[in-house]
Amino acid sequence: MSEPTEGAGGTPVDTSVSATPPGGPESPVTTDGETPAGHKGGGISAHALLNAVLEGNSAVVTFLAIVSAIVIGGLLIAFTSPVVLHAWSKVFSHPGTAFSRAWGIAASAYSAMFEGSIFNPHTVSAAFHGGSTAAIFNPLSETAVNATPLILSGLSVALAFRAGLFNIGATGQFIGGTMVAGWIGFAVHLPVVIHVVVAVIGGFAGGAVVGWFVGDMKARTGAHEVIVTIMLNYVMEFLLLYLLGLTVFRQPGRTDPISPSVAANATLPHLAGSNLRINAGFLVALAAAAAVWWLLNRTTVGFELRTVGANPNAARSAGMSPERTWVVVMMIAGGLAGLAGASVVLGTDFQLTPQIYGTYGIDAITVALLGRASPGGVVLAALLYGSLHAGGIQMQAQTQIPVDIVTVIQALIVLFVAAPPLVREIFHLRRRGAGEGGQLLAQGWGS
Amino acid sequence: MTTVPLLHEEGFSLDRQKAFGGLFVALGLVDIFVFGLLANSGDAVFTFTLTGAAVNVPNLSLAPGPVCEGLGALSVVLGVAYAVFNLSKLPRGVISATAGIAFVVSFLCWADAGLVPLPFVSLMQATMLAAIPLILGALSGCLCERSGVINIAIEGQLLLGAFGAAVIASAFGSLWLGLITGSLAGGLLAALLAVFAIRYMVDQIIVGVVLNVFASGLTGYLYDQALVPYQNRLNSPNTFSPIKIPVLGDIPIIGPILFDSTIFLYITYAMLALVHIGLFKTRWGLRVRAVGEHPTAADTVGIKVLWTRYRNVLLGGLVAGIGGASLTIGSVGSFGKDISSGQGYIALAAMIFGRWTPLGATGAALFFGFTLGLANVLGTIGSPIPSDLLLMIPYAATIVAVTGFVGRGRPPRADGQPYVKA
Repeated sequence: MSEPTEGAGGTPVDTSVSATPPGGPESPVTTDGETPAGHKGGGISAHALLNAVLEGNSAVVTFLAIVSAIVIGGLLIAFTSPVVLHAWSKVFSHPGTAFSRAWGIAASAYSAMFEGSIFNPHTVSAAFHGGSTAAIFNPLSETAVNATPLILSGLSVALAFRAGLFNIGATGQFIGGTMVAGWIGFAVHLPVVIHVVVAVIGGFAGGAVVGWFVGDMKARTGAHEVIVTIMLNYVMEFLLLYLLGLTVFRQPGRTDPISPSVAANATLPHLAGSNLRINAGFLVALAAAAAVWWLLNRTTVGFELRTVGANPNAARSAGMSPERTWVVVMMIAGGLAGLAGASVVLGTDFQLTPQIYGTYGIDAITVALLGRASPGGVVLAALLYGSLHAGGIQMQAQTQIPVDIVTVIQALIVLFVAAPPLVREIFHLRRRGAGEGGQLLAQGWGS
Repeated sequence: MTTVPLLHEEGFSLDRQKAFGGLFVALGLVDIFVFGLLANSGDAVFTFTLTGAAVNVPNLSLAPGPVCEGLGALSVVLGVAYAVFNLSKLPRGVISATAGIAFVVSFLCWADAGLVPLPFVSLMQATMLAAIPLILGALSGCLCERSGVINIAIEGQLLLGAFGAAVIASAFGSLWLGLITGSLAGGLLAALLAVFAIRYMVDQIIVGVVLNVFASGLTGYLYDQALVPYQNRLNSPNTFSPIKIPVLGDIPIIGPILFDSTIFLYITYAMLALVHIGLFKTRWGLRVRAVGEHPTAADTVGIKVLWTRYRNVLLGGLVAGIGGASLTIGSVGSFGKDISSGQGYIALAAMIFGRWTPLGATGAALFFGFTLGLANVLGTIGSPIPSDLLLMIPYAATIVAVTGFVGRGRPPRADGQPYVKA
């Protein structure tokens, strides 16, 4: 039908040039295959994954990606609205109405989102007329509350990325964390302060066990972490369902799968009064981000981790053990996702339900990608997505536009961020330095 | 280039032989001591006839105690034989199959002891129904990955297929139009996957995951925005009715299971045959596999690598889209949020479990479908076995498979690697 090279030929500058850093064309040849255990093969794919995440974008591309996603989201909002579609059916007789209706719907959606996530002017005037001043800060509090589990689980995915591992299993690790934290919360009786600390540590441990299993399997047998984590997510979801069916985990007097509420001693304390949901979980998340930064940049473990991520074979020649690093990294990553679970069950939900894991595990991947797998980036990305979630709920309440649009925007942002050449094509940007662009983004199953 | 990349055939070591033998002995012991001794009193009854069938097959009534213990003893003996003697491939297969079947039968006896009869034919029909999207999804995976593109987006392809099929079938009142739209919707997501993976060379696992999120968000949004308020017009499709194949459909037991189903089952047969023959018996398939194994070599001999990949990813999406359509207009009719509920990931697991071959993937999909069907049927007969643990089986089995215990499959060598012309 067409030339085989059509795909690359369309944008010779972008793809073919930028995609030939050393090792590009050879990579299919030099991969493993002879070694079924595949420890050697991890090298090339892990390195490529790391490149994909770290170098895939610049600030400009990230910004444009967010703008493009919001514009497409707005178009989707406008052109699925019956009012707008009706106006556009008469676009030739009343073109002005058609455009203003479309603009109006999208604008009202996004302004509701802004009011729900950052600042709502009505609350200020209400406060002057005797309303609560806390309401002014409610949107920001909601953003922080929504961002908390995203920061923690995003750090989980990001840390694994840095070691060249793709952790799709934040969901399962999150569930592991909620189970242990929740159980300690409602079944154990401890004094104030100690209880919540033990429960949070329990959450970390619960997630760490799940993560450890993945790392251990990869280290021992070479089982690809992507497959193991995906499968483990479902195993953990059904395990949660099963546990909630047992009397130990069931609230007395209820027949539906729901656990008792965690004790008051085990809840994460509110930070700004009981009217705002923001709680100590947010501080835990920020502290975790700082800890991950410290771990990555100031410790031997972090150095080994980054070296293994960059090149396991070189790491091995230098006397490091990639296998050991994989186990340690997955354990910490699992623990971080477990902390996310703890922050939800001890901070906002207070009891275990079958759906408590929500979409945090998958959102975490988008957070880590947008945040370029750096702790600071993860915090910013999580705040952005947290504000989208908080605003989305307000938007749905005010304008009846389904909150799922947030998921669409979130996915679009990451798609654009992951493909810088695409963004440059859209905005007619010129390519920057050679290191940036559609570089080698290969990762095989690598078993 | 072997047709079936089985490493374990060459490397079938003594360790693995012992491990397998030990596994069969362990299964046998579970048969005896768990299923046999702990069963409720009362027989397990299996019915083989649906109401209204022409031929009446008598019910089978088994006493769990003796049956489980007998089958368990058989497994133990076979397991020991497996571990001790160096058997060739055929007896090894026979022993594996026997131990597996003995385990399933013992399990069913234990599960049904003293309860209402277990309708075997309904169970197998549920199995086939559950397996259809899994098989089609796994075939999509085979088509993509054999050409060297990782397809994690099966889940999204199923979801978009289900959505497109339900909406169009409902809006236009034509099931066939719905089927075609479902297929095209799956192809649409595959086209995105292809563009990002092949043209922009984004990491294929990342794109796949993000496309799944995208599909879930998009269908969820459109569901709330359009399908809920216009339920009658946009989300009330008919469903395909079963087509009974003459003669074959009247065979007792087998007929109702294999030859009396909706068009989707027959499409699945056809697709399975096409993909298997296409990939392994034709020049086309040889070229596809060459691209997936060693694109540079394939390019050197004049095979159009990128074009082959684009085409295969698109074909895969079309196939998975049909699987998605079967979730709505092939069974329940209307679309619901996240109706695919992880079946795309089970399909992915089936493909890996089946070692990137259509036949292997189909076998795995049938096994996974069986666990899904069993979870349903056990609920209806009032079995105390928690269905949550049963539903866990496909995922747990896949973990066992990839950790290498059952013989590791080898993915196509260039799977996931973008190709850049040198």
